[in-house]
Amino acid sequence: MLLVVEQFLNGLQFGLLLFLLAAGLTLVFGIMDFVNLAHGSLYMMGAYFAATFVVWTGSFVLGCVLALGATLLLGILLEFVALRHLYGRDHLDHVLATFGLILFFNDAVRLIWGPAGLALPLPPWLTVPFQIMPGVYYPAYRLAIIVVALLVALLLYLVVMRTRIGMLIRAGASNREMIGALGINIKLLYTLVFGLGAALAGLAGLMQAPILTVQIGMGENILILAFVIIVIGGIGSIRGAFLAAIFVGMIDTLGRAFLPDLLRQILSSAAASTAAPALSSMLIYLLMAIVLVVRPEGLFPAGRR
Amino acid sequence: MKASLNARTIIVALVVAGLLLLPVYTTLSGNVFGLTLFTRIIIYALAAASLNLIMGYGGMMSFGHAAYLGIGGYAVGILAHEGIGSGFIQWPVALAASALFALVIGALSLRTRGVYFIMITLAFAQMAYYVASGLARYGGDDGLTIYKRSDFGGLIDLSNRVQFYYLCLGCLFGGIYLIWRIVNSRFGMVVQGLRSNERRMQAIGFPVNRYKLVCFVIAGTICGLAGALLANNTDFVSPAAMYWTRSGDLMVMVILGGMGSLFGPVLGTIAFLLLEEALSQFTEYWALIMGPLLLLIVLFARGGIDGMLGRARRG
Repeated sequence: MLLVVEQFLNGLQFGLLLFLLAAGLTLVFGIMDFVNLAHGSLYMMGAYFAATFVVWTGSFVLGCVLALGATLLLGILLEFVALRHLYGRDHLDHVLATFGLILFFNDAVRLIWGPAGLALPLPPWLTVPFQIMPGVYYPAYRLAIIVVALLVALLLYLVVMRTRIGMLIRAGASNREMIGALGINIKLLYTLVFGLGAALAGLAGLMQAPILTVQIGMGENILILAFVIIVIGGIGSIRGAFLAAIFVGMIDTLGRAFLPDLLRQILSSAAASTAAPALSSMLIYLLMAIVLVVRPEGLFPAGRR
Repeated sequence: MKASLNARTIIVALVVAGLLLLPVYTTLSGNVFGLTLFTRIIIYALAAASLNLIMGYGGMMSFGHAAYLGIGGYAVGILAHEGIGSGFIQWPVALAASALFALVIGALSLRTRGVYFIMITLAFAQMAYYVASGLARYGGDDGLTIYKRSDFGGLIDLSNRVQFYYLCLGCLFGGIYLIWRIVNSRFGMVVQGLRSNERRMQAIGFPVNRYKLVCFVIAGTICGLAGALLANNTDFVSPAAMYWTRSGDLMVMVILGGMGSLFGPVLGTIAFLLLEEALSQFTEYWALIMGPLLLLIVLFARGGIDGMLGRARRG
């Protein structure tokens, strides 16, 4: 029971983290129709910035805020210098250009921070276990991730559904030419959305940093997961991304936790221990394949363009 | 293929002649490294050419093409590991396994369009990657060493570098000839028609998905052959051969050379791998230059190397 609650929360926490990453991706995709493979690099940069700034400032919170700002600026710079010239091009051009950016960022990080990974130590007030139920303790930091991510998700919902900017974003997602024709500064909107996406990726990266090591290539595996999520959820749909992210986070975490035991019931223990890791890694891709076969546009397709 | 004397014809002729004569040079100069490098280049060029068949001519943007490299390689590696060393068994199995994989994932993936297709092919390739990582009996994550190259009786000795080089080159030329024949056949015309306007082709009455699937399977099978060659070249096969960045490399090679051009992928592969080699001699941080270079190519040199050689009759 204890284990189930714990793994359930872990799944929720991972899912929410994936949502932050996928939300930026789906915004950029839905509005600019831009495939950004370098989104994972921004996630990685967020983690590296945090590891650096926390040591610099000596404060965990201040360092994280600075890292968030730095990722936002990096995203805006990237959009301004290179990526805005690619809007309206073939998706394949996007894939190639941002693939080049991944190569660049990985080696730039290796040059600046060295090939060894960094660790981002937590401040003492975040390492205490937190009692969530009588007798059930859960790490305070993971709980903090859940709370922060939920708050950000709520904020994102309010911004997109309740503000003028959000209205423009939604309008841009459903018909790009039209809002340009109505006199909206579409270039500024695009830059803003890209910056927002970059900041969300950076936030996911810096929050994940204390749990995993900060290392080169950390953004690549999780980027694929984020792509799986937006494809399952329906490209351009934030609601779809949210639900799919929670779903994928749960399946991944619970699969890894319980699949070995489940398989041991049917297979010999040796076969189970070799098959289980591969099978649990595959579960998500299997899920995506099933969703795409049944509903080729994802579960919650955004409005047709 | 007009045989007029223009920049493209000259470049292609020079490259073909260069590839044919390379072993003469390396044998005379004793430059073993150059021969190994170009063997690798030729194998990847075959893989890129097969990707070009579906991506350039068929308009199917597969982001999982490296999976066949791994499947072809593992077919050779696993059979060798189990004591079946004959190439007459290994290679047909490699081709059949790749074709079967392409048939299954193609049948599922081709239900989707555009970015969804890019992503679902990526997902299937990642699945293959994880399956290979889970093969504990065959090395799992660490990969599988192949102690003996495929045995073709007395016909050809794959351990002989020059013979192996010419085998790879023969496969590349054979593959390109096959693609040329396909592209200019009725079947190829239909596939290219699908790239231009799928709905219209459907309205004319072509069974759209069946044509695409056959094309997808042919490309996968050719790439499986490249996988079998690659495993023999490195005497090793590992899940890393199927990792998604490898699929990305293949896409880069095709686009760099020029999509939908017969020899484009060969030129693209030579340019990409030589550049990678040259930059890594020059600095450890070669990707620092390669990455922005790709960006610049996308921004300013549309159509790749083939596009720079003047306008072509596409297809």
